[in-house]
Amino acid sequence: MEAPAVSPTTPVPLRVAPRPETAPAVLVQGLSFAYPDGTRVLQDIDLRVEPGESLALVGPNGAGKSTFLLQLNGILRGTGRISVLGLALEPKNLREIRRRVGLVFQDPEDQLFLGTVGQDVAFGPANLGLSPEEIAQRVKEALEAVGMAGQEERSSHHLSFGQKKRVAVATVLSMRPDILALDEPTSNLDPKSRRRLIEILAALPVTKIVVTHDLPLAYELCERTVILDRGRVVADGPTEQILTDQRLLAEHDLELPYRFAGPAA
Amino acid sequence: MTSDVTMDPAVDVGSPTVGTARRRAVDSPGLLERLDARAKILGFVIFAVVVVTTPAHAGWAFVLYGLTLVFLAALARLSPLAVAKRLLVVVPFVVVVAVFLPSYHQEGRAILEWGPLRVTDRGLLVFWNAAAKALLATFGMVILGLTTHFQELVHGLGRLHVPRVFVLTLSFMHRYSHLFLEESRRMQRAMQSRNYQPTWLGQAPALGRMLGSLFLRSYSRGERVYVAMVSRGYEGTFPLAGDRRLRASDVVFLACLLAAAAAIRTAAALGSL
Repeated sequence: MEAPAVSPTTPVPLRVAPRPETAPAVLVQGLSFAYPDGTRVLQDIDLRVEPGESLALVGPNGAGKSTFLLQLNGILRGTGRISVLGLALEPKNLREIRRRVGLVFQDPEDQLFLGTVGQDVAFGPANLGLSPEEIAQRVKEALEAVGMAGQEERSSHHLSFGQKKRVAVATVLSMRPDILALDEPTSNLDPKSRRRLIEILAALPVTKIVVTHDLPLAYELCERTVILDRGRVVADGPTEQILTDQRLLAEHDLELPYRFAGPAA
Repeated sequence: MTSDVTMDPAVDVGSPTVGTARRRAVDSPGLLERLDARAKILGFVIFAVVVVTTPAHAGWAFVLYGLTLVFLAALARLSPLAVAKRLLVVVPFVVVVAVFLPSYHQEGRAILEWGPLRVTDRGLLVFWNAAAKALLATFGMVILGLTTHFQELVHGLGRLHVPRVFVLTLSFMHRYSHLFLEESRRMQRAMQSRNYQPTWLGQAPALGRMLGSLFLRSYSRGERVYVAMVSRGYEGTFPLAGDRRLRASDVVFLACLLAAAAAIRTAAALGSL
């Protein structure tokens, strides 16, 4: 698409597809970000997420978790380097990176902006320039994956909150992302809808980065947990180990629900 | 305006509410609902233009236009009450016309004289003309609105090459008006819960602040929606999926409606009836 900025003598570089076994799903190096007013939100973050991994990103309010997610597909740009499956986050790669990273926002009302479920799920694939048949196929597939098969014609504002959350996931699944980045997927859900959503997410065979305050969710869905506090990575390790370290949790204003026993070993 | 936007205040925003559009579709599975929105939009808009251009003295022509619309409403199995309620929209306009227009037409024979008020036959004709045309044009739009889902309507407008900005604005307005109303209702409740006792004068500052904060909330909602769009590859052009061809029934409907309008209009011009 864009003319490569090379001199005429050098051969036009072939766009080599990254080798999946070597390229990490997400590689973040020295990422810092400040808002225009000078507020520093992210400071010198290094993070490597392997393909297929599920990572929980936890931390107190204002730690920079949501801001971090917005960096992953270039909505916000800080300093430092980010690459997604070997593809550097640069303006010319944005289109492909936004296909690879599916961002699910906290408030499904923000993500479902068209009239019907089908139109919302079709929005991403249509932006990819796919054929109508292919779009219809992907919509069907994505809605099936979230247990909303055949609901294409329903108006988004007539759905229950749990259904809205699931359709919001479908709106990015239809782009066949390699990485699913979810911001507070279980917030405001009743226990049944929460359970349903967790099961759906667990069944998706993609890399997951889950920002959450729901620590039991992290236990269940993610084998690895990162604690972000005041814009820094302060802990990174197996979920089991991090969530049982009560001192560490307390230091960063986190706590497991009272007498939470953890998963049966 | 009409009761289109009223929602049961007891219904919480998360529960699956059934909106008026849906109820309409269930209540009246008429013939018109299955037609392509484009055919209906074109048909009723051109019909309205034809009605408006008909000479005022051809009274019977307006009766025939009205009968055509009544026939269509019956075909669509619309409830007369629902139609009548929505037709009330024109009343304020007609009243304004009634108050101001006759006084500008002082020529002609006086029918009623009461102090400075002088109603002439010419003025009445102008009034009748405006009222009948407003009523008929609205009637057509009411049928269009009651037989077409809002989304189809918006989609149809897009396919008829109405500028994208208008189509998108309509679509977003429809999508977010419920949230906006719910948000303002929540703010009102929050104010009432803290013993806000509105007196007529004291109400103004709080209302102003509420409107200001509603604006800010809508603004940041708009920003979040935009980010959600960009995240899914939005690059400034809006894809409209589902390219459907006009079917024979759509064409037949459009042709019949326009033929009826043209016949009545021509007869009125010739004064032959």
